[in-house]
Amino acid sequence: MFPAQITYHRAGSVAEAVQLLSDNEGAKLLAGGHSLLPLMKLRLAAPAVLVDIGRIEALKGVSASGGGITIGALTTHAEIASSDLVQQHAPVLAEAAALVGDPAVRNRGTIGGSVSHADPASDQPTVLAALDATFNVTGPGGDRSIAAADFATGLLENALAENEVLTSISVPSVPSGAGSAYVKFPHPASRYAVVGAAAVLAVSGGACSSASVAVGGVETTPVRASSVEAALAGSDLSDAALDAAAAAVAGDLNGDAMGDVFASAEYRRAMAAVYVRRALGAAASRAG
Amino acid sequence: MTVPVEITINGKACSGEVEERQLLVHFIRENAGLTGTKVGCDTSQCGTCTVQLDGVSAKSCTVLTVQASGSSVTTIEGISDGVDLHPLQEAFWNNHGLQCGFCTPGMIMAANELLSKNPSPTREEIRHGLEGNICRCTGYQNIVSAVEDAAKAMGGR
Repeated sequence: MFPAQITYHRAGSVAEAVQLLSDNEGAKLLAGGHSLLPLMKLRLAAPAVLVDIGRIEALKGVSASGGGITIGALTTHAEIASSDLVQQHAPVLAEAAALVGDPAVRNRGTIGGSVSHADPASDQPTVLAALDATFNVTGPGGDRSIAAADFATGLLENALAENEVLTSISVPSVPSGAGSAYVKFPHPASRYAVVGAAAVLAVSGGACSSASVAVGGVETTPVRASSVEAALAGSDLSDAALDAAAAAVAGDLNGDAMGDVFASAEYRRAMAAVYVRRALGAAASRAG
Repeated sequence: MTVPVEITINGKACSGEVEERQLLVHFIRENAGLTGTKVGCDTSQCGTCTVQLDGVSAKSCTVLTVQASGSSVTTIEGISDGVDLHPLQEAFWNNHGLQCGFCTPGMIMAANELLSKNPSPTREEIRHGLEGNICRCTGYQNIVSAVEDAAKAMGGR
């Protein structure tokens, strides 16, 4: 399989990438290429121009930044999975990164590419929604930030303007003593999440002092499970409390679940409660 | 339209004029003439096109040649000196780790990266390390045994 004909540009800097995007209507950014190239080979996408940002060093790596970490958009899943800083500040992100695709895919696929592609079956968008991450973007008018919850706007659609580049993602540290987990039901062939659930639970004096929970794979964008969070607040995180909280996810799904030949919408909704429960159980066991 | 590219493959500079949409696996096979690297599923799943790209394993059906211009690639042909087999090749031979052999180049390239990071993996870790590589003949038992054997041989060196 071959992609349709393209014109390829390699950008040397973010400014150059923004300029190339502005000059070429409909141009697409290429990072690791592990979301876009498969679509292009299947002719589900046929951009006339590709702007390759894959070699811009300034967009690579993880650094500590006031109260959390900043992850360059070009940081690969393999780098995130093995990063000490990620492990220290947001271990659930490393846990999810290690579950993306397979080793070769993790070597090339980038976090920025994955979230920009906005495939609801991807792992990291769900985790970043639970972590209250901020997406840092550069465009012709300068820089701006987009909250993780507002970044994906629909199936394979994001909040970036045509000539904006996602440069990094800021992730606040999980609360001290919090337990976190990402659990997914991987599609047996593609390894994408049929359903994925992320949870971060903090405990204080035997009661849950904060909870953030998100679910992916069910609707067209990651869903922040506020009903589950409300049910957990102040609870003792006993099995019964986790059971009840996980069941509350039904109230967070707006009835717009996706279905396909592998997993119907009804099945995905049912699995959302199951996987939220598993994520809560794992996170609770790691808290304290 | 074609553009000039230059990629170092197995230590040798390979240049060419290629279509911008050409995939790296086709450059390796058709321009460089190295047909050990196979095209299998062509959808980033089967792993038989696995090569080492700038030091890490990559599926060469999911990389554009132009993206890799300026990079270094090692293919299955580059892991041994052409006289003695690499310990992984030797172990696949000794353990009958293949039937038709189509997946073998990718299996060996992926296993090579696994062993570079984890020189003595358990059978479970070998299975995880090879999860991006599909064999439709053997059922994997002998492949896992081959990698286990190679790990011992390489640790002994």
